[in-house]
Amino acid sequence: MRCEEEHWRPTASPANFRLRAELLKKARAFFDARGVLEVETPALSHAGATDRHLASFCVKQPHTGNLYLQTSPEFHMKRLLAAGAGDIYQLCKVFRAGEAGRQHNPEFTLLEWYRLGFDHRRLMQEVAELVCRLLPDVDAEPDYLSYRQAFERYAGFNPLNGNPANCRAALQQHGITPPPVDLDYDAWLDFTAGTLVYPALGQGRITFVYDYPASQAALARIRADDPPVAERFEAFLNGMEFANGFHELADATEQQQRFEHDLELRAAQGLPPVLMDGALLAALQSGLPVCAGVALGFDRLVMLAAKASSIEDVIAFPFARA
Amino acid sequence: MASYSTNEFKAGLKIIIDGDPYNIIENEFVKPGKGQAFNRVKIRNLRTGKVLDRNMKSGETVEAADVVEMDVQYLYSDGQFWHFMNPENYEQLAADATAMGDAPQWLKGEEACKVMLWDGRPLAVTAPVFAVLKVTETDPGLRGDTATGGTKAAKLETGASVRVPLFINEGELIKVDTRNATYVARAKE
Repeated sequence: MRCEEEHWRPTASPANFRLRAELLKKARAFFDARGVLEVETPALSHAGATDRHLASFCVKQPHTGNLYLQTSPEFHMKRLLAAGAGDIYQLCKVFRAGEAGRQHNPEFTLLEWYRLGFDHRRLMQEVAELVCRLLPDVDAEPDYLSYRQAFERYAGFNPLNGNPANCRAALQQHGITPPPVDLDYDAWLDFTAGTLVYPALGQGRITFVYDYPASQAALARIRADDPPVAERFEAFLNGMEFANGFHELADATEQQQRFEHDLELRAAQGLPPVLMDGALLAALQSGLPVCAGVALGFDRLVMLAAKASSIEDVIAFPFARA
Repeated sequence: MASYSTNEFKAGLKIIIDGDPYNIIENEFVKPGKGQAFNRVKIRNLRTGKVLDRNMKSGETVEAADVVEMDVQYLYSDGQFWHFMNPENYEQLAADATAMGDAPQWLKGEEACKVMLWDGRPLAVTAPVFAVLKVTETDPGLRGDTATGGTKAAKLETGASVRVPLFINEGELIKVDTRNATYVARAKE
C-alpha cells in the first residue's frame, strides 16, 4: 500500500522546518532581551496531573514505582520560582494521552513562562507582544473579552448564572447537534465554547478571553467578585486557542484542596488515581512570589505562521508515525 | 465484543450506534484549553445510507461493527432473494431486497459483485461499476445524428431505465455506469 511505503517520511515540509527553527530563535531572543532566563526541568516526574481532563502517560520503571511524563512543566517551574529563580521561561516537550486531531498531537511543544509581579492582565499584553513579534501579520491591538462577554456575544447567554438548557438552546439555534450524554454544567460550557464561541474568536487579531468561571480555575487565583471568577485567560487566533495563563494561585492550603477535589472527581469518574505533587505543595508553603504564568502551544504558533490547517503540517513526525 | 475508544476513531472505522452499523466519515477532536474533550463525528448508517452527526465525550467506547466486504458472483434471483456465491469456497449467500437496493436492475447473471456483510449477513450489495446491456425499448434512432447531443429514454433488458443518445436503436448493446445510471458508450458483445 502506498501510504505504508510513505510512512517513514516527515509530514512537515522543509519550509515549515525552517519556519519552526526561525520562530524558536525569535522567541528565545524575545525573552533574552527582557531578561527572562531559559530553564530546563524534568520531563519525567513521580507526580502526575490531577486534572481529570488530562491523561498522563505512565512510564514503567524497573523494580521501583511508575513515573509520569509531564503534561506541562508548571509544577517544576513553580518550584524554581519558590527557590528564587526570578523570571523564567522554558521550551519543552509535553505529553497528553488521547489528544489527537487537527490541532492536537499527544506529544507537543510548550513555551511556558512566568513573570514576577505580573497579574493575568499584564501577562496578556506580553503574550500579544511576543505573538506580534513572531507573526507580523497579526494586528498589534488585541481584543479583550471576559468569558461572560464572549458567551453573551456568540452564544447569547450569561454563562456565569446559566444552565445546560441555555447551552442546548444556543447549540440548537446554530444547528449544532448537542452531545447525547449527561454532562455537568462545566462540560456543557466546554462543548458550547469549543463548537460555538471559540471558533468565532481571533479573526485577524488576538482575542483574549479572561475571568473564567471559578469552577474552571485550574491553578489560577479566584477573585471574590459576585459571582467569583478565576483570574485565568486564554488566547485565540483564527478560532484556535493557543495559550492559557493564570494569575498564579500561591496558597498551599487552597492548592491542596483543589488537588483533593480533582482526585475525588477522578475517582467518581473511574479515572486512574495519580499521586498529587507534594513537592509543589511544599514549595508553595515555603512561598511562591506573586506572579503570572502562561503556557503557549508552540506548534499552533507555527501553524498560524505557516497558515497550516493541521498540526501534522508543522511537526516532523506526528504520533502515528513516531 | 470488540470495542473502540474515541481515541481510535478515524474515517472508515465501522461502529455500532443504537443497534445499527455505521461507517465513520469524519472525526474531529474538540478540546477547549483545559476542559472536557469531545469527538464530533459524522457517520453513515450502513443499512439506510443516512448520514448523521454525533458528539461524544472523548474516552467513551463504542462497540465495533463486524463489517467486511467480500467479492461474490451473482447466480440468480428467486423473486424474494438474490443468490450469490463466494468464488473462493463456493459458499452461497442470499440478499434481500433492502440489501440489494438499486443493484438488481444491473444484473443478468454471473456478474462479479461486492457484498458488505454485517455479522455474516448481507447488508448491501454493489453491482459492477460498468454493465453491458441490451436496449429493449426506445424511440426509433435518428440515422447519422451523432452530434446534436440530445437524449431519449431507453429501457434495458434488465428493466433499468437510462437516457441514451438519439442514435441508439432497439437491440443494440450499450455500456452503462451503474453508480449514477448513465450511458457511457455503444458496446460489442
